[in-house]
Amino acid sequence: MKLNTNSNTYTFLYASGVVVVVAFLLAFAYAGLKERSDANERIDKKQQILAALNIRGLDKADVEAKYKDVVLQDMIVNAKGETLNEGTEDTKDEAGFAIDRKDINAESLPLYVCNVDGAKKFVLPMVGKGLWGGIWGFVALDEDGTTVFGSYFSHESETAGLGALIKEQKFQEAFSGKQAFAADGTAALTVVKSGNVQNAACEVDGITGATLTSNGVRDMIKEYLGLYTAFLSKQ
Amino acid sequence: MDAKLKQAFTEPLSLNNPILIQVLGICSALAVNAQLEPAIVMGLSVTVITAFSNLIISLIRKTIPNRIRIIIQLVVVAALVTIVSMVLKAFAYDVSVQLSVYVGLIITNCILMGRLEAFAMSNGPLASLLDGIGSGLGYAWILVVVGAVRELFGAGTLLGFQIIPDACYEAGYVNNGMMTMPAMALIIVGCVIWVHRIFTSKN
Repeated sequence: MKLNTNSNTYTFLYASGVVVVVAFLLAFAYAGLKERSDANERIDKKQQILAALNIRGLDKADVEAKYKDVVLQDMIVNAKGETLNEGTEDTKDEAGFAIDRKDINAESLPLYVCNVDGAKKFVLPMVGKGLWGGIWGFVALDEDGTTVFGSYFSHESETAGLGALIKEQKFQEAFSGKQAFAADGTAALTVVKSGNVQNAACEVDGITGATLTSNGVRDMIKEYLGLYTAFLSKQ
Repeated sequence: MDAKLKQAFTEPLSLNNPILIQVLGICSALAVNAQLEPAIVMGLSVTVITAFSNLIISLIRKTIPNRIRIIIQLVVVAALVTIVSMVLKAFAYDVSVQLSVYVGLIITNCILMGRLEAFAMSNGPLASLLDGIGSGLGYAWILVVVGAVRELFGAGTLLGFQIIPDACYEAGYVNNGMMTMPAMALIIVGCVIWVHRIFTSKN
């Protein structure tokens, strides 16, 4: 008997069958690859934190060891300046580090206390909005709590060659040496329209052709420096 | 290799190129190629997915109910894209981060559905596989050409290495900011189509 591929029953069964097969296939692929991709994500995050401390170009294999060496505590603080968690002793990636960037808010702010060549540094994670999607970054401050030591920014889906340039070292390096806070304690570090730097102590050139992404970085920095002010002023 | 199979592979590279002749997949071709590297990775990813989706659809083409064939094609493509994106995340994390949203957008690339509907539904598995690889590569080389032109004149680099010497910048040469804009991709694709037509229309 020749199968009638146009009958309603056949169509219905075929569609159901395809969906079930595909669902199983995807579930297996996801479960099988999850461990590897999670490990990749953790290493990538550590790499970003190290990049904010101007430690770049590390081999993937060396990232874990270097992170353990450099980071002293992965604390959790809040916007009132209270320390909620001192950070995990050994691994340094289970307290503040374990907070997903979507879950960062005024009530739980991760903060990394680090030691680079004998000098104490604070790395502040930040989350904001670019033109097309989320942006995030890490800003490292010196022990004085205001001089920027280094920075790292990245994005979900900014335009390649324009907004995506915030991920480039060239843009990030421009932050080093700037002052994060003004004398009165308010957030001063900002990104201005390309070529319009008035006050070189706290202003960074934006990206030509990517004003909205640059503004996103500016707003993100302003918001998060504000959230960390209480903690930093206690140091 | 017999002539029909050879034709299935070579035709989409030039004479029946998905971008130049069929004008499919233009949107993604414009978005990702301000630089050369994402253009290459995007081209390769699309090639892998066109090849396998063509093969799978061709294998099951006789069982697919006619009324829901587009949905079945879509399911196969979506499943493949998801798997490719998961594999990239597990084994080539840096590449997957760089392509980010564009991998997902491969699903909406018209070349895929176009080739499935026009070729894989009516041809055997081997011919369909070759057609898929050919279409993917036909798409990829346009992306690479446009990406190379835009990166070279827009940033003075290729694959991140500086090509235009510092001496030129000192002599007053300036990178063309227009090249990094999406509009310029459209103009360059237009120029490639123009040049391509000059050579092909003689035959």
